[in-house]
Amino acid sequence: MSLTFTEMHTPRVGLSIAVQRQLCCEQSEFQRIEIFESEEFGRFLTLDGYMMCTEKDEFIYHEMMVHVPMAVNPSARRVLVIGGGDGGAVRELCRYPSVGHIDLVEIDRRVVELCAQHLPAISSALNDPRVTMHFQDGLRFVRGCENEYDLILVDSTDPFGPGEGLFTREFYGHCFKALNADGIMVNQNESPFYEDDVKAMQRAHQRIAATFPVCRLYQAHIPSYPSGHWMFGFASKGLHPIRNMQTESWNSLHLATRYYNTNLHRASFALPTYVEELMKDVE
Amino acid sequence: MEKLNQSRAPLMEALEGFKAMRVVPFDVPGHKRGKGNPELTAFLGKDCLNVDVNSMKPLDNLCHPVSVIKEAEELAAEAFGAAHAFFMVGGTTSGVQSMVLTACGKGDKLILPRNVHRSVINAMILCGAIPIYVNPEMDEHLGISLGMSLAGVKDAVAAHPDAKAILVNNPTYYGICSNIAEITKIAHDHGMLLLADEAHGTHFYFGKNLPIPAMRAGADMAAVSMHKSGGSLTQSSLLLAGPNMNSNYVRQVINLTQTTSGSYLLLSSLDISRRNLALRGRKIFDHVQNLTAYARDEINRIGDYYAYGKELVNGDTVFDFDATKLSVNTLGIGLAGIEVYDILRDEYDIQMEFGDLGNVLAYVSVGDRERDMERLVSALADIRRRYQRDKADLMKQEYIAPQVEISPQEAFYAPKVSLPIDQTCGKICSEFVMCYPPGIPILAPGERITKDILNYIRYAGEKGCSLTGPEDLNIQWLNVIKGV
Repeated sequence: MSLTFTEMHTPRVGLSIAVQRQLCCEQSEFQRIEIFESEEFGRFLTLDGYMMCTEKDEFIYHEMMVHVPMAVNPSARRVLVIGGGDGGAVRELCRYPSVGHIDLVEIDRRVVELCAQHLPAISSALNDPRVTMHFQDGLRFVRGCENEYDLILVDSTDPFGPGEGLFTREFYGHCFKALNADGIMVNQNESPFYEDDVKAMQRAHQRIAATFPVCRLYQAHIPSYPSGHWMFGFASKGLHPIRNMQTESWNSLHLATRYYNTNLHRASFALPTYVEELMKDVE
Repeated sequence: MEKLNQSRAPLMEALEGFKAMRVVPFDVPGHKRGKGNPELTAFLGKDCLNVDVNSMKPLDNLCHPVSVIKEAEELAAEAFGAAHAFFMVGGTTSGVQSMVLTACGKGDKLILPRNVHRSVINAMILCGAIPIYVNPEMDEHLGISLGMSLAGVKDAVAAHPDAKAILVNNPTYYGICSNIAEITKIAHDHGMLLLADEAHGTHFYFGKNLPIPAMRAGADMAAVSMHKSGGSLTQSSLLLAGPNMNSNYVRQVINLTQTTSGSYLLLSSLDISRRNLALRGRKIFDHVQNLTAYARDEINRIGDYYAYGKELVNGDTVFDFDATKLSVNTLGIGLAGIEVYDILRDEYDIQMEFGDLGNVLAYVSVGDRERDMERLVSALADIRRRYQRDKADLMKQEYIAPQVEISPQEAFYAPKVSLPIDQTCGKICSEFVMCYPPGIPILAPGERITKDILNYIRYAGEKGCSLTGPEDLNIQWLNVIKGV
C-alpha cells in the first residue's frame, strides 16, 4: 500500500508527498484539521487540505516572519500574533528577552491542541508564561485594540475559509489602530506565481498600502508552498524595513538561525522585476 | 381538513420523475435541455437547463393548475396559514398588482400609506383606482417613514367610506409594522378588504418572536417575497388569499398579466423553499435573529452609529419591529447612509441592501455566518475611524405630503409636455420620481410638483442616491400634464 497526500496548487498542478501515516483527522467547528507523518518533510499540518507547515521547512517561514520586523525594532515588547495556532511564530518570538507579552489569537482551539500534541518541535513555546491565548475571530479581537502593540504578526491561512476576514480592508485598518507609533505589521502575503495566488497577493498588498504609510514586500523560498516562492508584507507607521534596521543590535543578540541573517534581510526586499510590476499595478 | 405532509415537494418530485423519463422534446424551450446552447449550459449547469421545461401534462400548468402545481400551492397555503396560495413568477410586483387589480376597478378608492412600493401605484395606473394616502408618520431622528397610525386610518376610512380596500406594509423595508390586526378589523367593519404587502415579511410566518403575519391577522390577501427571506430564486413569489376571497377570480386576475410560460426553475424553487421553511423555518430565523442581535449590539457599541431595534416600538406608528432587519443610522458619524453604502462596497467589498440619506440596511438571512457579521461590524468601525466628520450639513429625509390632483391612470395617459425640472413647480407630474432603492415615490403620476419636492430631488441627487422613474434618465427634464 502507498499513501500519498496531494495538494493541488492550481487545478492542473499539484504537490504530492508520500505519507507514512495520518496522525489525526478531525473536523472542528471551523475546518478539517489533519496532521501527517512523512519521510521527506517530517510531520506536517494541513487545514481543509491546504498545507500549513512541515517540520522540514517551517523554520524558513517562521524565521522570516519574526526576525525581519524584530531586526527593525529589536526592543519590541508587546506582540500580537493573529492565527499561528501551530505556535511556530510564538517560538521564534520567545527567543527575545525583550518581548514581554504575546497575545496569540487563534480562531480554532483544536488547531492549538492538536499541534501541541503532534508537533511539539513547532509548538514548544506555547506554554511560555509571556503568552496569552485567545480563541476567537482575529478580526473581532483586534477591533477592540488601540495603541497597544509594537508588533502584529498576521500568520493567517489563505484568503478563503476561516481566514478570509484577515485579508480585508477593515482588518488592516484595525491593525493600524492597534499599533503604536513605532508599530510594525508583518503578514503572510501569498505567492506571486500562480494566477489565483497573484490576485490574492495583489489585493492584500493594495489594501495594506492604502492603510499604512510604509508598505513593502519581501520574499522567501518555502518548498512546501505553491511555487515555493512566497511573499511577506512589511507595513508600518514610519519605520523602514532596511533604513531603520538595527543590524548591530540584532547581531549582538547572537540568536542562532538557519535561514535568516541580516544580509539576507536586506536582500529579501530585492524583488524580481515581474513581482515589482505586479505590485506597481495596484499601488 | 386533513393535514398535508410538508416534507413533500410535489413540483420538485414531478421534475425529478420527468428527468428520469428522458422524453424527446419536440416542444419549447428551443435549447432542448441545453443541448442547443452549449455556452449557456456551461455557464448555468446541465442540471439547471434540464429542468427549464415547458408546461405539459406531468408538470401541470401555472395558468390552470390541476395536479402537481395545485398540490404544491396547497402545501404552501397550509404552511402559511392561508386559504389559497398562488405561485408567482413575476416577482412580488406581480403579487402586489394582482391584489390591487382584484380589489379595485376604475374609479375605486384604495387607502394606503405613502411609503408603498412603486408596484402598488403602477397597479393603480393599470386599473384606474384612486389612491387615498395616509401619512406614515416620520421618525425625525432617523429620517425614516413609519407605519400608519390607527387614527390616520380611521380618518381616511371616515372620509372615504366607499373605499374598496386598505393596503398595509407588513413590514416596511426598515422593519416597521403597523397594527395590522386592528386595521384589518377596521377594514372589515366597513366592508373593505385588507391587502398586505409582505415583500419583507416571509419569515413572520415561521420564526418566533416576530411580528404577526398578515394571514394570521385576518388579512384578505398578502403578497409574500419568498425570494427575499424565504430563500427561493429571484423573481419567484407567493400571493396568499384568505377564506373570504374567491380564488378562481383571483386566478383570473393573475392570468391577465402573468406569463403563460411560467419558469419551472422559479416554480420548483418556491416548492423547495416552502418545504425548507415549513420543516426548519423556526430554527433558521432563530439563527438570523441571533446574528442580527449580535451585530446590532456591537455596532451600537462602536459609538455614533445607531442600529435600531425594538425600542422604537410605540404602540401605534411603530406597532411592532422586525428584529431580523439590521438598519443602521449613520448621521452620527457625519456621513449620509448612501455614502457609507458606497464606501462599504468600493473599499470594503461589502454590498448592503440599500442606503438612503440617513441609513444603511443590511439584509441578514439564512445564508449569513457569524464571521460575515463581524466583517460588517469591523468595516463600520473602520469607516468611523477614517471618515468621521462634523454632522452639521446633513438634511434629513422629510415626508412631503403628496397632493393628488388626478388619478394615476388619467395622468399617465394624459397629453403631456417635457419641461426643464426647475420650471415644473406648480405643474402636475405625469411620471414617477423615486429614490432607488427602496423605490418609494417622491412624485407619482397625477401629483402637483412643489418647491419642497424639487429641493428634495436636487439634494438626494447630490448625495448620490440613484433617482429613477422619469423618461429623462438624467432627471434634468420632467413630463408634466399639458396645459395645466
